[in-house]
Amino acid sequence: MKKHKSGSVWMILPLYIFTIIFVAGPLLYMVALSFAQPKAGHGVEWAFTLANYKKILDPVYMKTFTGSFQLAVTSTIIICLIGYPFGYFMAKLSDQWKKRAMIFLMLPFWVNSLIRLYGWMIILQTKGLLNHVLKSLGLIEKPLRILYSYPAIVIGMTYVLLPFMILSVYSSAEKLDWSLVEAARDLGASPFKAFWTVSFKLTLPGLLSGVILTFIPSMGLFFIADILGGNKIVLVGSLIQEQMTKGNNWPFAAALAVVLMILTTLMIMLYRKVTNAKELEGVG
Amino acid sequence: MKKKNSKLSGFYLGLIFVLMYLPIAVVIVFSFNESKLPVRFTGFSLKWYQELIHDSAMIEALGNSLFLGVVSCLVSAVIGTLGAVGLSRIHWKTKGILEYISILPLMIPEIILGMVLMAFFYMMNLPFGMLTLLIGHTVFCVPYILMEVKARLAGMDPSLEEAARDLGAGPFRAFWDIILPLIMPAVLSGSLLAFAMSMDDVVISIFINGPRLATLPIKVYTQIKTGVTPEVNALCTIMLIFTLLILFIYTMVGKLTKKKTKQ
Repeated sequence: MKKHKSGSVWMILPLYIFTIIFVAGPLLYMVALSFAQPKAGHGVEWAFTLANYKKILDPVYMKTFTGSFQLAVTSTIIICLIGYPFGYFMAKLSDQWKKRAMIFLMLPFWVNSLIRLYGWMIILQTKGLLNHVLKSLGLIEKPLRILYSYPAIVIGMTYVLLPFMILSVYSSAEKLDWSLVEAARDLGASPFKAFWTVSFKLTLPGLLSGVILTFIPSMGLFFIADILGGNKIVLVGSLIQEQMTKGNNWPFAAALAVVLMILTTLMIMLYRKVTNAKELEGVG
Repeated sequence: MKKKNSKLSGFYLGLIFVLMYLPIAVVIVFSFNESKLPVRFTGFSLKWYQELIHDSAMIEALGNSLFLGVVSCLVSAVIGTLGAVGLSRIHWKTKGILEYISILPLMIPEIILGMVLMAFFYMMNLPFGMLTLLIGHTVFCVPYILMEVKARLAGMDPSLEEAARDLGAGPFRAFWDIILPLIMPAVLSGSLLAFAMSMDDVVISIFINGPRLATLPIKVYTQIKTGVTPEVNALCTIMLIFTLLILFIYTMVGKLTKKKTKQ
């Protein structure tokens, strides 16, 4: 093999250069920025300080962090509950229906997510479709004010991120050897027990990677909270954006981002550890 | 052998699909609504489509987005494909780290990527505009293609290339004639995914776009925040038809090439 390696260096060079300049570079710059002092305007004073990190501990900003975390956890749990059965059932379809379901699943991806969220705005508004249906069914008397509230944000998050969970569960359930489930059933396991001890265990990596794929973005998708929550709930994402554009305090924004990065990395490491410990097959 | 599928699970899949398409359906229906308010359907009308055609700002934003998506996808496809093949061949010590950093843009929250790039471009004195957008989009498009191609390479028989090399093909020739045709489906599907992400991105673009340069998502975002006209609905409907057309052509081409290889 070794003798054929000579031509590979030039292939990898663009990736190396691009990654170092435009991915590693900016990230390192952010870390440096988080220890600098803000100056009026866009300016930054390059004097080492920890003040930006201390500022995060301020109760006002801590609340933003815990609030975002809570929202991300809530959305992720709901996405798991809806997405796991979906991906699992989808893997059980016949090949032809699998293909169709996959096309149906991917199509909305191509419709701008903002436009899809706008669709939810139309549905959830006070005079909208949902209230109209609920009213004519006699379930409510007064229209519900869902739009611009917490549940609306959760609906939006769930809606936008659900396909990631489904795809990830599906790809691991698809590889599942169903004869194992049958074997468990033949040996006298109840359907539930067979599912729990065989199918669920084997599709767990898919579920976990789905959790990562949904939890991480949900910490940062500020535009969902912005559109459906009507700016009432400030998330870490919104706070960073505000500090970058209106507040002009870039070092503080950088510190917030570094903390968010660390939290994300911890989650990914935890996920790796859990999946490796069980020696389960990873899902791409 | 085949697992039986209960009616219940079929019903569940159907229900979730209906919920998935409901907001899209609502947007499409109201694009034909005569009234400006998307509350009640007052009558069929095409006037929002007419207005859309005459809205030069919206058309320009669409053009910007298409250009941005195509160019950043092409650049990413080259960088990502070559990179994935290169990674499978070399055994440098820094390989693992490089691979990790290059897929980082997918792992970190979009907002961080956006703000980091904004600060970085500002430091580099790059003028905010199409160039910064192109770089930014390439940053998050590369990993999609890299990962798809890498997965495809992992399932490939390495002896194919070795055979070509042993028969005297140079590294370039072996790549072009043997490897590339085999990984092409992965390159295409990765690029399509990357293109979709680029067309959809608002979080990163909002940080690095120029003062007067709007992509379609940014345009829609500002409209939704300041008050939407059904023009947006009309635009969405057109985009959906356009998408269906591309997918149709894509599957058709796929079927044709499959037939060819069989013969």
